Amino acid sequence: MPEMNTSSLPDLIFTILFFFMMVTTMREVTLKVKFDRPVGTQLEKLARKSCTSFIYIGQPTDALKAQFGTGYRIQLNDKYAEVLEVKDFVTEDRAELPESDKPFYTISLKCDHNTPMGIITDVKQVLRKSYALKIMYSANKKQ
Amino acid sequence: MGKKKRKMPGLNTSSTADISFMLLIFFLVTTSMDTDQGLARTLPKPPEDDQLNNEIKVKERNILNIRINKDNYVMIGEDYASLEDVKERAKEFIKNENDSPNLPERKPKKIKELGKTMMVTENHVISVQTDRGTDYGVYFAVQDALVAAYNELRDEISKQEFGFRYEFLTKDQQKAIREIYPQKISEAEPKKYGGQK
Repeated sequence: MPEMNTSSLPDLIFTILFFFMMVTTMREVTLKVKFDRPVGTQLEKLARKSCTSFIYIGQPTDALKAQFGTGYRIQLNDKYAEVLEVKDFVTEDRAELPESDKPFYTISLKCDHNTPMGIITDVKQVLRKSYALKIMYSANKKQ
Repeated sequence: MGKKKRKMPGLNTSSTADISFMLLIFFLVTTSMDTDQGLARTLPKPPEDDQLNNEIKVKERNILNIRINKDNYVMIGEDYASLEDVKERAKEFIKNENDSPNLPERKPKKIKELGKTMMVTENHVISVQTDRGTDYGVYFAVQDALVAAYNELRDEISKQEFGFRYEFLTKDQQKAIREIYPQKISEAEPKKYGGQK
């Protein structure tokens, strides 16, 4: 029985590799809050991921619960933050964008469905004051 | 001793596959493919100081107030409603088919793309107010129902005027439809939030 020629195998794998490098993005943050997003039926896709900042709101993950309790927290980048810090976060993130992309700057709110609206309202007010007016309520598609 | 002409042995490449597999797995682990989706909204500009006192007055018939209290009960106008009711009530409100005096006023508006004048409830506003304790999930469900109401109305009129659903229309046609049913969901001012405990 002749041996199978495997010389094209690396090429195949490289193709898959490049495919994945194109369609995926680097995971930027380690999640410190867990959030179970609400489900909706009328969702739109996020148009430009590169002009988007994410704000996560939820309870600390199981591993961090002992340390931080079970209150609802806001996470910006890699750490917990207070409501007022959102302003600096938004200003910094927007400043990094090229001028042509600034009108498309969007905030995606990834919040747990049990979050009390109080926190979200506060965040929204800060966003208004920082002139980050395009927001998106992130959600899962209803199956 | 004469030099022997030897053939150069081929480089053993059998491990290249393994190496590229490792790279592949590395990228699979460190990247994410999740396409984010959700409901897009535009917040109103922050109020200027001199604007604080003269708020835009909206006629009462033009507002649909949806309130959600801290126990997640939904109220539309004066009465309690279930989440399923929200969509139907919103559609009825936006459309105001029979020109009822309690529903938003209809005004003639010239739609260029259609070349005719339609009666449009241009000035209607749907306002969603919540308590600080309301669950985000319920708020989101209401917002989703409102968008669904708009989408269904737009589909209806699209089929009637162009024979296709809204998403299959050209950009100009979609714009015309949006003029007939403009989406007006107010991101309410916060001072209203606390005051209704």
